[in-house]
Amino acid sequence: MVSPTPIPMPETALTITGLTVAYGSVPVVATVSARFPKGSMTAVIGPNGAGKSTLLKAALGLIPAVTGDVRAFGQPVAKAMPRIAYVPQRAAVDWEFPARVIDVVQMGLYRKTGLLRRMTPGLKAQAMACLTRLGMQDFADRQIGALSGGQQQRVFLARALAQEADLMILDEPFAGVDAATESTIISVLHGLRSEGKTVIAVHHDLSTVPAYFDRVLLMNRRVIAEGATQSTFRRTLVAEAYGNTLLTAIPA
Amino acid sequence: MTFGAEFVALTLPPMVIAVLAALGCAAPGNFLLLRGQSMLGDAMSHVVLPGIVAAFLLTGSAAQPIMLAGALAAATLSSLMIEAIRRTTNADPGAAMGVTFTAMFAAGVLLLETSGAGAVHLDVEHALYGNLEGLIWLDATGWASLADPAALATLPPELPALALATTLILVTLALVWRPLTIATFDEGFAATSGIPTRWLSAGLTGLTALAAVAAFSAVGSILTIAMLICPPATARLLTDSLPRQMTLSLLIAAAAAALGTIAAGYLPLALGVSFSVSAAGSIATLSGLFLALAATFGPRRHRRSAAA
Repeated sequence: MVSPTPIPMPETALTITGLTVAYGSVPVVATVSARFPKGSMTAVIGPNGAGKSTLLKAALGLIPAVTGDVRAFGQPVAKAMPRIAYVPQRAAVDWEFPARVIDVVQMGLYRKTGLLRRMTPGLKAQAMACLTRLGMQDFADRQIGALSGGQQQRVFLARALAQEADLMILDEPFAGVDAATESTIISVLHGLRSEGKTVIAVHHDLSTVPAYFDRVLLMNRRVIAEGATQSTFRRTLVAEAYGNTLLTAIPA
Repeated sequence: MTFGAEFVALTLPPMVIAVLAALGCAAPGNFLLLRGQSMLGDAMSHVVLPGIVAAFLLTGSAAQPIMLAGALAAATLSSLMIEAIRRTTNADPGAAMGVTFTAMFAAGVLLLETSGAGAVHLDVEHALYGNLEGLIWLDATGWASLADPAALATLPPELPALALATTLILVTLALVWRPLTIATFDEGFAATSGIPTRWLSAGLTGLTALAAVAAFSAVGSILTIAMLICPPATARLLTDSLPRQMTLSLLIAAAAAALGTIAAGYLPLALGVSFSVSAAGSIATLSGLFLALAATFGPRRHRRSAAA
């Protein structure tokens, strides 16, 4: 889209400032501040219960925050939402829902449909192209309940691709998927990064962090460290987040 | 009296009313079922009772719009109560609903028994089991009455009111079909896609309350749940496509309502037994029977074990 007056492009895709989230009186995310530069690919890592998913959901306004400010592309996040694609955890939905694979991918085109929300042939072709990028074109008419975990995750990613967002936020995209799916997903995500898109993903497999991500956000309810993978993904810092020192695979 | 005259005067109006109520209930029931909110339908069908009684006591009128306003007020109040209980006690939503609707329903029954409302227009039996048999068309003389404006003017007022409510429910659902489907499948994603998920959720509760009020006059409080959930649950076992599930549920709902009314009216006579059978009871029994048949012979395979 061409703007009539030149607006300086902000360098940061997502800025979280002093975000605190509490369940009841227990804070699960405590005054987290983090910056996600445009064109970067960040892993949000930390032990179970560290508040990683909660942080992302609160940043998107899906759950209420106690305090804090979140901006995307220099705007309040609610306003910038059309430029953001969110991929929830696979387990967050009921896969027995009566829908086919292509129906789920077409949900990603919701903002592009008109008043009556009808699917035009052009939009249908676009959904199919997204499915093809994940090698799932032959499964378009398959019932979603009949898919494997890896295939379900690919469908979720295809739906996010259909949104054509500038910032993609994924909650555990590699949880319980097979090796073939993992390599398909990571090549799609790296493709997005090379197009200048920003990717943020909650990640659990510490061994793949340096290969997959150029930045990390280490957290355990609060931010432990944030920055380039090379300087931040270090044994002492990871140990601080996970609360133990049995992490010999990680560079010191 | 010929069979035609008797049918048009005594069986046709209750049958049409039952079909309209069944359609209005089954449509939102599909979404309640998929959202795991079947209990909400049960809650709504019970909380309308104190609303209707209170509206009657306050205004002294049993007109449909007043009953509807009372019922919707009670439904809104109970939604707030459910939400308040859930937030203050961290209770499971099902538990919060269970506490709310039994308390509201009990309050309604007490109000009905202790006030004068029971003697005038409402009574406990009708509130519980409905009053389909009472909704007859006295001025009808045969099929020709269907084309006679003077006779049509004396139709039970419940019929046009229900027609309006059911049309409103079906049209609203058709208009919000896509966003409601997306929000039902994946609420988090829907909220980030510009879908007003809270409004849709509240709207579905409102439509359910409207359907519960609509069905209240036909089948009563207790059996409304059969109309809300049985046809969608039956249809769910027969197909894996949401549009087809919706269509099937409406067909099943209409069939159960029509056949149930006819069975209640003619079956005891045909069998030569002297007692009469409640139409509401027949409809609910038939709905349950359809569900049992679908569960036994339905084509939909269960693949739940495949999901990790």
